[in-house]
Amino acid sequence: MEKTNLIPANDFCTHYHVSYNVITGLEEAGLIKVITVEEQSYLQEDDLGEVEKLVRLYTDLEINIEGIEAITHMLQRMKMMQEQMRELQQRLRLYEQD
Amino acid sequence: MADFIDYYKILGLDKNASAEDIKKAYRKLARKYHPDLNPDNAEAKKTFQQINEAHEVLSDPEKRKKYDQYGAQWKHAEQFEQTQQHSSRGSSTGEQQYGGFTGTGEFSDFFEQFFGGGHSRGHAAYRGEDYNAELHMTLSDAYTTRREVLQVNGKNVRITIPAGVEDGQVIKLKGYGGPGINGGPAGDLYITFLIRNNTSFKRAGNDLYATVDLPLYTAVLGGETELDILGGGKIKLKIAPETQNGVKVRVKGKGFPVYKKEGQYGDLYVTWNLRIPTGLTEEEKKLFRQLASK
Repeated sequence: MEKTNLIPANDFCTHYHVSYNVITGLEEAGLIKVITVEEQSYLQEDDLGEVEKLVRLYTDLEINIEGIEAITHMLQRMKMMQEQMRELQQRLRLYEQD
Repeated sequence: MADFIDYYKILGLDKNASAEDIKKAYRKLARKYHPDLNPDNAEAKKTFQQINEAHEVLSDPEKRKKYDQYGAQWKHAEQFEQTQQHSSRGSSTGEQQYGGFTGTGEFSDFFEQFFGGGHSRGHAAYRGEDYNAELHMTLSDAYTTRREVLQVNGKNVRITIPAGVEDGQVIKLKGYGGPGINGGPAGDLYITFLIRNNTSFKRAGNDLYATVDLPLYTAVLGGETELDILGGGKIKLKIAPETQNGVKVRVKGKGFPVYKKEGQYGDLYVTWNLRIPTGLTEEEKKLFRQLASK
């Protein structure tokens, strides 16, 4: 993997004023992926938006890692249900147009 | 002139609320309306901005004092400013804050006019505003991958729209929103696709549905027919003898392209619509009578 797509986790923590433990906690909860290259921890640039969102929940709303884990699962379920609802609305439209 | 906003009411507090009460009320409401917890919910975002603004004012002793003193008569605040100009201003923490609440770069006209548009954290970096745009296209357009150039606030944004995009689908273009404040990151651009059906097909997810007329004789004896499909070209469909009206057949892989999965397609469902011949000649009627009597 090219290093240019990786952001040093320490730089991220400095930038967002969070402890490295937050990154470790999120990784342990399976919410983010941390890549280790030559004993240095990195975050993938593509994942940055999601990591920023989780860190915002931690810092702005003071939600702990367990809470963030529960919220993430519920948001995923909500997204899935919204997708199903959109699909069902489309199917319903098939009959309404007849 | 902007309307007065009751910040205490927004946070559900009375004027005697302590700093701790304000913090608690803010946290409670922020957890309910935070945009990260309410994706694609414009109403929650608007409410959150009001809560954030109320907190911005009431959590800053200097701003709160000014707000409490003038309240609904806030238009006289300028005089207050003049009398206070020699007093020290020490609430700014100089704290660098990247990211922060999404979309909080927006403050009401009331806030901007009353407090001069400043933020309590004088040097804080805020993320830029998110932009929302709508892109209208036809179902035929959505069938193929397209490259479009959008005009967003005077800038040209080149985007690739993968085949299979759905009506109402929203995509995010990171960093194409409003510019960040004090060096903060730019906001994002959200594009909602609005797809108008300009075809005789109906779409449900990746599947297409078509109703095709079937002559009586073909339905009875069986045969073959050709059907124009989306994206150009025709397909041949075999019709089994004694096909009934309303029967549905599936043509695998001739539906709509699957979003971001090149080469994968949904299915096409064809419903046969049996057509009874009209304007029969006397001879034809005679033949039908013969059939009926058997």
